[in-house]
Amino acid sequence: MSPNLRIAFRFLTAKKRAMLMSLSCTVLGVGLFIVTQATTSGFEDFFIKTILGTDGAMRIQDQIQDTLRSMNAGGGSDFLVSHREGVKYIEGVEEPKAVVNALKEFANVSGTSAVLRGNVLVRSSFKNESAQVFGINLDEHLKVSDLNHQIIQGDLATFREAPTGALVGKVLADRLQLGVGNSFLLDVQGQLLRFRVSAIYETGVADIDKARVYVHMNEARSLLKKPIGVTFIQVNLFDKNRAPQDASQMQEVLRHSASPWQEREKAWLSAFRALSVSSAITVSVFTLIAGLAMFNTLAMIVLEKTKDIAILRSMGYERRDITQIFLWQAGIVLAIGALVGALVGVVGTFAVSQIPLPINGIFKTETFQVSWNGWHYVEAVLTAAIMVMAASIIPARRAARLEPGDIVRGTAQ
Amino acid sequence: MAETQDFALRCTNLHRYLGQGEGRVHVLKGVSFEARRGQVYAIVGPSGCGKSTLLYLLGLLDQPDEGGIAINGQLMSNSDDAARTAARGAHIGFVFQFHFLMLEFTALENVMMPMRKLAKLTPEAMADRAHSLLDSVGLGDKTHRLGTQLSGGEQQRVAVARALANEPTIILADEPTGNLDVKNSSMVFDLLTRLAKDHGQAVVLVTHNPDIANRCDSVLPMRDGVFI
Ligand SMILES: Nc1ncnc2c1ncn2[C@@H]1O[C@H](COP(=O)(O)OP(=O)(O)OP(=O)(O)O)[C@@H](O)[C@H]1O
Ligand SMILES: [Mg+2]
Repeated sequence: MSPNLRIAFRFLTAKKRAMLMSLSCTVLGVGLFIVTQATTSGFEDFFIKTILGTDGAMRIQDQIQDTLRSMNAGGGSDFLVSHREGVKYIEGVEEPKAVVNALKEFANVSGTSAVLRGNVLVRSSFKNESAQVFGINLDEHLKVSDLNHQIIQGDLATFREAPTGALVGKVLADRLQLGVGNSFLLDVQGQLLRFRVSAIYETGVADIDKARVYVHMNEARSLLKKPIGVTFIQVNLFDKNRAPQDASQMQEVLRHSASPWQEREKAWLSAFRALSVSSAITVSVFTLIAGLAMFNTLAMIVLEKTKDIAILRSMGYERRDITQIFLWQAGIVLAIGALVGALVGVVGTFAVSQIPLPINGIFKTETFQVSWNGWHYVEAVLTAAIMVMAASIIPARRAARLEPGDIVRGTAQ
Repeated sequence: MAETQDFALRCTNLHRYLGQGEGRVHVLKGVSFEARRGQVYAIVGPSGCGKSTLLYLLGLLDQPDEGGIAINGQLMSNSDDAARTAARGAHIGFVFQFHFLMLEFTALENVMMPMRKLAKLTPEAMADRAHSLLDSVGLGDKTHRLGTQLSGGEQQRVAVARALANEPTIILADEPTGNLDVKNSSMVFDLLTRLAKDHGQAVVLVTHNPDIANRCDSVLPMRDGVFI
């Protein structure tokens, strides 16, 4: 042990009670920081997991119109032409096979699913509801979503075997009083096709559960009278975080707009971010108090120990040593506080994760969501370290500036 | 230059003012003095004449307003804080007039404190040396007592042992026998004299005790901030 650390330790043990305030605030600050970050990012992660499990990591849609072709397309094609930020788009993906093949060249792509979407009226014997029909190839779609985990009644095997089978969202099924095995009609401008409920799914996302009916691609084509082309291609990625970079590259290569989940869910994601930052700031009040208490206690110890400082300086201890002795004291309290605080964080996070909290709408959960992330601990300890050490610098330097001559004459201030 | 090497300590024309504004006092009014190796000096004089003030200057704990102080031939009075601190650690052993020990530490730890800073010995050698120093001031059986558990005189003897810890060339002691009975006074004084003779250390002590003063090699009577 270095002499300075040894001295710091002894000074501290003589002042245990005075340090208690700073210590307990450090523990609270670190512990609560960890718990709040664990829950806010727990919910954020769960939200992300939900959106990745429903609408996937990326969506390829709307062909970008080449300037050279724009004249022809404007004339002959019956695709809608729209302007966005100066770029012209043609709605939908005209040649899904070619796009999917091109997508497979990207190393990060783990699955693709072409989806044909259209507005329909769902007619059950009970009542009618407007909804959206999603024509999919089941096996493809399972690679880009968590559909298999979202089934709450019936099963996917039945759907796979039944050409006119359909997957209906829970909210929609409840409204129409449809159960597994019941049949219903899909109505597109008077054109009617009969389907049978193979399974009911629940994503927890209200907008999806009340509006989507999944059917086989072929049925969707004849219902919507779209023999070729799809509305969009849902893409799954190995590394979800690289979605924005991949998207802009794909947009270049595929000449289709590519929207990554980060962009699609920007509003919610920034709400989560704001929540976690604001809770971090709120909880940092404890760390701030820990810093102030540390300042107070150290300033007091400096006053009480001026004679010891004079003795140390007379024996050849440098100003630097005196600074260190006082910073060590703060450091020891900080280390203990951080360690205990981290333990409080672990226990607190676990306890919170057991609290029942049914949420439905943007995702579905029965309990508090928490995320176990080492960075929360690093951030918590760093915040505490910055506050406590910054607060200690002033008294420590003050102690170092004391002139031994002034102290022994009793004129030090 | 060869001649100056005999002087462990030399000061010339030291002036020191204390206090501020109206209360500003000319405490030291031109003190000059030399301390040779192997010699014991006694500074005597009435209370308030400036003995402690002079000793703080010589111990590089304070800076003169005028005049110079050379330690082992090197002018230190105007050096920066780091150089004076290093000189204190390596060459000077200081015994304060009033407060002696760091009270949260044991006698042994107090004596080892300067050695730990200098870091020239192994921890075992430091402990050995601290034990033998405490033995030589008659405290061999109280090495593990905390400062708070020692009497004033015992604390003072630990402070003397601590001043000797790094084998300084100069020992400055402000009334090192002030709180001691005759027997312990003699023991401390004999120890300091023996060191001066055996190891060539210069010892400067302030004392009110005429017996002690008379046994020193030189007596420097002081009055009103000057030697007379
Ligand atoms: N901060 C100060 N401001 C003004 N005068 C001071 C201050 N400190 C000390 N003095 C004065 O300086 C003079 C010398 O003090 P010093 O402590 O050196 O005396 P001393 O000779 O050691 O006395 P004693 O034998 O009582 O220890 C005294 O007259 C004292 O009043
Ligand atoms: Mg004095």
